[in-house]
Amino acid sequence: MRTVDLAATGVRELNRRLRSAADDPSAQSWLVTNPKGAHAIAAGLTRPVRIQIDGHVGYYCAGMNQAAAVTIDGHCGTGVAENIMSGLVRVRGNASQSAGASGHGGLLVIEGNAGPRCGISMKGVDIVVGGKTGHMSGFMAQSGNLVVCGDAGHDLGDSIYEAAIYVGGSPASLGADCVEKDMTRKHRSRLRDLLSRAGIEIDPDRFRRFGSARKLYHFRVDHADAY
Amino acid sequence: MGAVDPGRLRPSHTFPAHVLAEIHRAADQGVYEIRGFGTKRPLPGFDDLVFLGASMSRYPLEGYRERCDTGVTLGTRFASKPLHLKIPITIAGMSFGALGANAKEAIGRACTAMGTSSTTGDGGMTEEERQSSETLVYQLLPSRYGMNPDDLRRADAIEIVVGQGAKPGGGGVLLGQKITERVAGMRGLPEGIDQRSACRHPDWTGPDDLAIKIQELREITGWEKPIYVKIGASRPTYDAALAVKAGADVIVLDGMQGGTAATQDVFIEHVGIPTMPALRQAVEALQALDVHREVQLIVSGGIRSGADVAKALALGADAVSIGSAAMVALGCNKAVHVEDYRALGTEPGYCHHCHTGRCPVGVTTQDPELEARLRPEQGARWLRNYLTAMVLELQTIARANGKSHVLNLEPEDLAALTVEAAAMAGIPLAGTDWIPGRG
Repeated sequence: MRTVDLAATGVRELNRRLRSAADDPSAQSWLVTNPKGAHAIAAGLTRPVRIQIDGHVGYYCAGMNQAAAVTIDGHCGTGVAENIMSGLVRVRGNASQSAGASGHGGLLVIEGNAGPRCGISMKGVDIVVGGKTGHMSGFMAQSGNLVVCGDAGHDLGDSIYEAAIYVGGSPASLGADCVEKDMTRKHRSRLRDLLSRAGIEIDPDRFRRFGSARKLYHFRVDHADAY
Repeated sequence: MGAVDPGRLRPSHTFPAHVLAEIHRAADQGVYEIRGFGTKRPLPGFDDLVFLGASMSRYPLEGYRERCDTGVTLGTRFASKPLHLKIPITIAGMSFGALGANAKEAIGRACTAMGTSSTTGDGGMTEEERQSSETLVYQLLPSRYGMNPDDLRRADAIEIVVGQGAKPGGGGVLLGQKITERVAGMRGLPEGIDQRSACRHPDWTGPDDLAIKIQELREITGWEKPIYVKIGASRPTYDAALAVKAGADVIVLDGMQGGTAATQDVFIEHVGIPTMPALRQAVEALQALDVHREVQLIVSGGIRSGADVAKALALGADAVSIGSAAMVALGCNKAVHVEDYRALGTEPGYCHHCHTGRCPVGVTTQDPELEARLRPEQGARWLRNYLTAMVLELQTIARANGKSHVLNLEPEDLAALTVEAAAMAGIPLAGTDWIPGRG
């Protein structure tokens, strides 16, 4: 494992090393120390390297991740794993707003709580939150799965498209066009798989499923009050 | 029944025919009008300015022989690979979805031939436009449809879209009839639904966040690509300054005459300010921060001719961007296939039906039969011809004002024809030294 101390090496140099070492078999595992809330740590990775970040990070950690496995042993700022394409990003602590925003694929695990707009505009990513999520989570979520083991904040799944949201606790309220749906065997199986991949042990039978009523897919004046 | 005296048919100024028709339509449908194209109302603009030309105190350059350069470099502030364009006219972001693939390819080919850039749009980058465009600007939009880090890296510049002149503060609309299988696949949406783009980015709000977002994009692309910030013309004094503060290499300022594929008519006609005053305010903001020319300024919204380009450059822009005019060069509103215009309830010259997907000339459509009416080779030829003519016009004006480079055009070369234009552009009213608001 290679170690980079961000107290001595800037983010720009760290990211340069991570990119340039991507094809080096001896540089597949990294430890980053003293992140101290720096932004864009490990952003734009493209190879299946493993990164362990020992501390709290700022905005956009592991942004647009492709293939890499990034573990943040701390809390993280806005937009962790934003637009993630593939790979795994795990936050041991809490995540601020817009976690996994517009993610296209891969898995984001937040073992603590997530702030507002978790999974906003998600496009295929799977997100598992061990605790609670803030308001407007799953806003305009297009596809993928958002699993909230605790409670969800107000306006969950507002203007949701084809994503699925599973909540182990209860949502404070549902957003426009978001409705509760049947929890079928297929969905329970999918949820069990997601929880297993996230390493979170919780009974899938506790969860309820939410998704789109598909009433706002075509603008009709009769639905104007929903906006 | 007596005969109607035409002299007694006095139309209402407050309720002219188009207002009456719109009220009737709204009463029928109970919803706002959605349409494409840009503003139709009269607005103060570059037609209200003239160049003074050479005189005893200014020597002209020989019109057909002396050199007048047109090259511009964009993105010199922080990017290690700025763009070097041969002409100061670029093509604005227009999505695949709003435009058909043939139109996108035609634009790319023409831009490559002319040594300038084209721009992606909402929905991501198509292979056709990457292959046909030597210099391609990749837009990062609030919707993030088709947003892909691989495309980000193979772009030549990145444009963060904060707003658009046709709808500052609003997101786009792509009605279901244009959401074909390919468009839906690129955007990750079900086929055939009305796609309403977000108006705010999902992971940042405000200039402090934007600075961090720009840092992330630079990290992902190795600090190579120029990063543009596109703003709709609403409060350009503040927006330009905040874009500078956030770390933009280039600011793209889109005035209210700018076009759109589809949005509410009320947005197009009533939100934002015209291009000309917005340009002056943005230039003043850059000058106040001592970054004019260091942070380049691209202006768009109603640019139609070499004269418009020259006026924009004289007011302080580094380049312009065209969207609607490029579509017109491709055949938009041309008097062909007239029966298809009529099927849309319109006529050539009046069409703004981009939103329907039934474009009679194959520009803003995904319908294979209609799209086939625009062959990429032919479209590229038309657009190349049009750009060439614009550049010749621009050089003609620059030489007449004694300039060996078009970027040497300056406000002192201009006079305003109306009090409004004088006030908005900060240019003296012709025949006076008076600029309203400045004593």
